[in-house]
Amino acid sequence: MANIISDETIEYVGILAKLELSGEEKENAKQDMEKMLDYIDTLNELDTAGIEPMSHVFPVQNVFREDVVTNGDGHEETLKNAPLQKDNSFEVPKTIG
Amino acid sequence: MTKQYETVIGLEVHVELATKTKIFCGCSTAFGGAPNTHTCPVCTGMPGSLPVLNKQVVEYAMAVGLAANCRITQVCKFDRKNYFYPDNPQNYQISQLYLPIARDGFVEIEIGDTKKKIGIHEMHMEEDAGKLIHDEWDDTSLVDYNRSGVPLIEIVSEPDMRSAEEVMAYLEKLRLIIQYLGASDCKLQEGSMRADVNLSVREVGTTELGTRTEMKNLNSFKAISRAIEGERARQIELLEEGKAVIQETRRWDDNKEYSYAMRSKEDAQDYRYFPEPDLAPIVISDEWIARMKEQQPELRTEKLERYKSEFKIPEYDAGIITESKHMADLFEATTAICGKPKKVSNWLMGETLRLMKERDVEADALKFSPENLAKLVELTEAGTINSSVAKEVFEQVFAENVDPDKYVEEHGLKTVNDDGALQEVIAKVIAENPKAAAEFKGGKEKAIGALVGQTMKAMQGKANPAKVNEMLRAALK
Amino acid sequence: MDIMSLTAVELGRKIKEKQILVKEAVEAAFAQIEAVESDINSYVTLDKEGARKRAEEVQRLIDAGELTGPLAGVPVAVKDNMCTEGIRTTCSSKILENFKPTFTSEAVLNLEKAGAVILGKTNMDEFAMGSTTETSYYGATKNPHNTNHVPGGSSGGSCAAVAAGECSYALGSDTGGSIRQPSSFCGVVGLKPTYGTVSRYGLIAYGSSLDQIGPVAKDVTDCATILEAIASHDTKDSTSVKREDYDFTGALVDDVKGMKIGLPRDYFGEGLDPEVKAAVQRAVKVLEEKGAVVEEFDLGLVKYAIPAYYVIASAEASSNLERFDGVKYGHRAADYDGLHSMYKKTRSEGFGAEVKRRIMLGSFVLSSGYYDAYYLKALRTKALIKAEFDKAFAKYDVIIGPAAPTTAPELGKSLSDPIKMYLGDIYTISLNLAGLPGMSVPVGCDSKGLPIGMQLIGDCFKEKNIIRAGYTYECATGKEYETMAMGKEA
Ligand SMILES: [Mg+2]
Ligand SMILES: [Zn+2]
Repeated sequence: MANIISDETIEYVGILAKLELSGEEKENAKQDMEKMLDYIDTLNELDTAGIEPMSHVFPVQNVFREDVVTNGDGHEETLKNAPLQKDNSFEVPKTIG
Repeated sequence: MTKQYETVIGLEVHVELATKTKIFCGCSTAFGGAPNTHTCPVCTGMPGSLPVLNKQVVEYAMAVGLAANCRITQVCKFDRKNYFYPDNPQNYQISQLYLPIARDGFVEIEIGDTKKKIGIHEMHMEEDAGKLIHDEWDDTSLVDYNRSGVPLIEIVSEPDMRSAEEVMAYLEKLRLIIQYLGASDCKLQEGSMRADVNLSVREVGTTELGTRTEMKNLNSFKAISRAIEGERARQIELLEEGKAVIQETRRWDDNKEYSYAMRSKEDAQDYRYFPEPDLAPIVISDEWIARMKEQQPELRTEKLERYKSEFKIPEYDAGIITESKHMADLFEATTAICGKPKKVSNWLMGETLRLMKERDVEADALKFSPENLAKLVELTEAGTINSSVAKEVFEQVFAENVDPDKYVEEHGLKTVNDDGALQEVIAKVIAENPKAAAEFKGGKEKAIGALVGQTMKAMQGKANPAKVNEMLRAALK
Repeated sequence: MDIMSLTAVELGRKIKEKQILVKEAVEAAFAQIEAVESDINSYVTLDKEGARKRAEEVQRLIDAGELTGPLAGVPVAVKDNMCTEGIRTTCSSKILENFKPTFTSEAVLNLEKAGAVILGKTNMDEFAMGSTTETSYYGATKNPHNTNHVPGGSSGGSCAAVAAGECSYALGSDTGGSIRQPSSFCGVVGLKPTYGTVSRYGLIAYGSSLDQIGPVAKDVTDCATILEAIASHDTKDSTSVKREDYDFTGALVDDVKGMKIGLPRDYFGEGLDPEVKAAVQRAVKVLEEKGAVVEEFDLGLVKYAIPAYYVIASAEASSNLERFDGVKYGHRAADYDGLHSMYKKTRSEGFGAEVKRRIMLGSFVLSSGYYDAYYLKALRTKALIKAEFDKAFAKYDVIIGPAAPTTAPELGKSLSDPIKMYLGDIYTISLNLAGLPGMSVPVGCDSKGLPIGMQLIGDCFKEKNIIRAGYTYECATGKEYETMAMGKEA
């Protein structure tokens, strides 16, 4: 079954992913996604009923840290690569009106 | 308005846990601090950094879950909640959706004499976001990640509450449970306990739920209460006008006492949750649960009972003292030092409550130490200072946590026990108040009061009134 | 004697024996880089000053007897998705053009402890998304064996640098074949360890549940030696596994008598270039002659690995790459109108086409209403694929197939048809889903002189089996490849 990706869907996914695509990019994205989803749909040939989804390959479990402070004042390193900063903070466009 | 409406409320309560370090890194959780000083690559989302879970977070979450009668999820996992916002350095929050640590619990609240169970749907662990400071003059906001990665538990109730009063009782109950467990200080003013309110209204008698809204940004019990009233009224008005309530998130503005919709095309609320691949699952054994149950500290009701039986203090007093874990701790520590529970209780029930009310201080914010309160009890008991001086000293202990021994010494407040000096003053007072002296001698018992008062005044309060009374009587015989 | 034609272990030995100074090794590498880099473009960033200073320091430590390991003083190149403190780390993306990490990744720290001297950072497909190293913002890397061809990817820079003698060995990362496939195309040995063996701390994530760092080297001995240096249990990485045995060089044994080798029929079927097929079969024969027991078998579900992989990898990538938003580091658009405009402009300018393609796909498959149909379906498929391998490894010690269906394609021929490009990962990708170790070993060249790689696949934590098989093959045949450094010897 061929997947059809609408303009609205591309628009919506662009909002989720915070990507602004040009008209041409949008067309390409639609086609790419349709083809990929058709390809991915081959997975539907597999009967996976009753199969537990596997997110981790190994039975690694209960990996913990103790509650001990190990880090000191990190502001210099934290801000080292900041594109814009002020008062030891990252500066961004105003977030509320 | 002819129709009767019922308000249906569910709460999402966020509680910052009292760990020393953040949930996924070794940065301090201490409140305050210059911007971005409590940060590292992990809690600022630096490329290549990876989270490692703080075990204490799991144990606090389990403790709260068990105390709220929940079922612990024995294989639990973290998930990523994806959304772009600058207070969230990775642009995803590590939280739990599919397998939260606890489910299906309840707490019991009391309104007057009626008891009611409020269901807990689930409880999950997650990381807090950083802080945004908005510049008034500039069109910018500043981001501070000191709070980013502070551990939270989110407690999601069932829609079981019907009024602001029940909501307050529920929050109060949660606060007491969590404080007693030591899992959080639950300070609303510092944001360590916050609530989002899900509210809908429906006609009385109907069973179907109405469309609900979610209100965020509620930072005090007062704000929550006002927001509930405001939103209830807004929704009823809409229904009365034949309009529909829209399911949406609204932001409460406590200054304007109004909530407004947070609607933007750019915040499509589609969080694309999926299992966090950077963290291993948590497997909680029966033994671990048993251990946590065993370690559970005395909760409020148990403590209240013990105060009555062990310390012989009245139910009413025990009730007030245990309403705040901090005050209960003060009571027990002071008693342990001076061994006089009833006297300690009197100080807390009397002067402490009076000053708290007068100065608008919360019990959790009391600053004085048990050592200093114990000293004050001992000074009074030994007769070193009299009760009115003691009250004066206590004000200083309450405000500044001064050392009563030193304070009394430095300000010369000790009761004068030099009989000779007192004798002299008494003689002088009798001489200066012949009328009162004569009246007393003439059998008017009350007249002694004026003479005691004059003597105390002359002694600048540093005498034992009982002794003054006794010596005056002797002198007037 | 040409320093750059020595293997890492040979060079390390000569440095230890004072026949070569660390400084000389480093200068030899820079001389070769000078000579060929304009043709190859293996590096995004060179750290000449740092490397020279470090060479002095390492020499002092060697002289003082404090550094005695086999890699002390040997120059290395590091893929540009591993953080290096103070050295620009770009992931070959514009969005990280000026990013200088404040810490060094654990694998690189482990190498430094072993006395490595880092020459610079190697080119790659942007954020490791690609199979040709053509999606780099800093220009494509060329195959040293024929500069009209790609080196493979995404660790194309690391593999080309080793093949061209621009370093003695390199680190790569492998999410769907990104070490093994370019190693095969460049005629070098590349190993992807069992998931959890090398710490991912400091590796800029593409698909977190699939990513693994591994060595790229001139021979199997180097590969095992490097793996031994970089593997560790790291408490900073919650997916790091504490292994019982880190003695990978202990498996350098010239003997496969009785070793059971399985050949999956599906790995030798349709779509496989006949020259590649013949070369791999010839190599298997060599192992058989050395006493291995070889058998063909049916490995199920081979064709489902790629679609499952693209769902999982794209989903994880869409989330992992959300942090690149212009707030904390990296590129920020110059003009924007408000917060969301800043996000969108920054990311749209900063990411290349292939990265955007995968972010879009990943965001879509996780979006409301599609999660079960795509993401959970892929995770279930992953479980089935893992079970297929478990079944196979109950019978075989090692599974062998090609590393890629073809030799290196020509430049500019792959990106226009993504699905066709993705199909090139058919033999490598399932190992990442199942967490298995795999190694590509050169087994000759095709008629155009382009290298062919044989892929040795082991069960989880059984790197020793593939190292042993690879080493035995090498001992029997001599090295089947020539580095460009050797070829161009003055
Ligand atoms: Mg939450
Ligand atoms: Zn931190």
